[in-house]
Amino acid sequence: MNSLHTYLVVAALLFTLGVFGLLQRRSLIGMLISIELMLNAASINFMAFNRFLAPDPLIGQIYTLFIMGIAAAEAAIALSIIVAVFRSLSSIDIERAQKLRG
Amino acid sequence: MSPLQNLFDPQVLAEVGFAGTLILTFGGAVIAIFPRNILYSVLGLALSLTGVAGVFLYLGSPFIALMEILIYVGGICIPIVFAIMLSKPLHLTLPKRHLPKLGLALAAALTVFVILNSIIFKTPWQRAAVTNDDWSITSLGIYLLTRYELVFEVISLVLLAAIMGAIIIAEYSRRSQS
Repeated sequence: MNSLHTYLVVAALLFTLGVFGLLQRRSLIGMLISIELMLNAASINFMAFNRFLAPDPLIGQIYTLFIMGIAAAEAAIALSIIVAVFRSLSSIDIERAQKLRG
Repeated sequence: MSPLQNLFDPQVLAEVGFAGTLILTFGGAVIAIFPRNILYSVLGLALSLTGVAGVFLYLGSPFIALMEILIYVGGICIPIVFAIMLSKPLHLTLPKRHLPKLGLALAAALTVFVILNSIIFKTPWQRAAVTNDDWSITSLGIYLLTRYELVFEVISLVLLAAIMGAIIIAEYSRRSQS
């Protein structure tokens, strides 16, 4: 519980679950949810390095705060795009979003 | 020491709490990934993010843990639920995934996991020579307004632009539809 490796493996497992969800999901909202999981794994990594290795334990916390801000912006944009895609296709199935296909 | 006393030993309690946090995190993540009903996925995401907040607590930062609950669970899960509920059939379940594609996705994810693990265990992590133990929120605020001032302001600008862009995209798609 008190070693760097535990937290890094936890973050790697969470990131793997996010990658699997991103590849396996076909709905846009499900993919957005998986991306949030991956961002959280990155945050855990920052906080673990911050706790065990960094010279100044404040910098990792500040970076985690920035990641949260970016994630909030990304969720807002992604949700509005999903609503727009849904209005024009009447579906959020990613495999039907093929309007640009030649 | 009797077993009952042993149970209330702070060390044991901390271990049990950590195991509970991990179960919350990964159980929530599994719920977020697998069900085909999207509303369950959002609830699983909220569970998983609460677990991540617990992990931050164990990493020694109550402030970031509270921010995690406030911003992620409150600020990201709720808009997703709104988006699902406001547009009619978003909650419909999708058709089943083909098994070969599922297997390929699993293989890709496992490759990522193996590579990450080999990096984690082969790197000789070294603690910085000089460390200070200043974890206070006061110094965090001072850093945000001195050394990271520019980043802080740029993030605010990005958030503002993102929210305006979200409103414009949603409005434009409604106008072009009618």
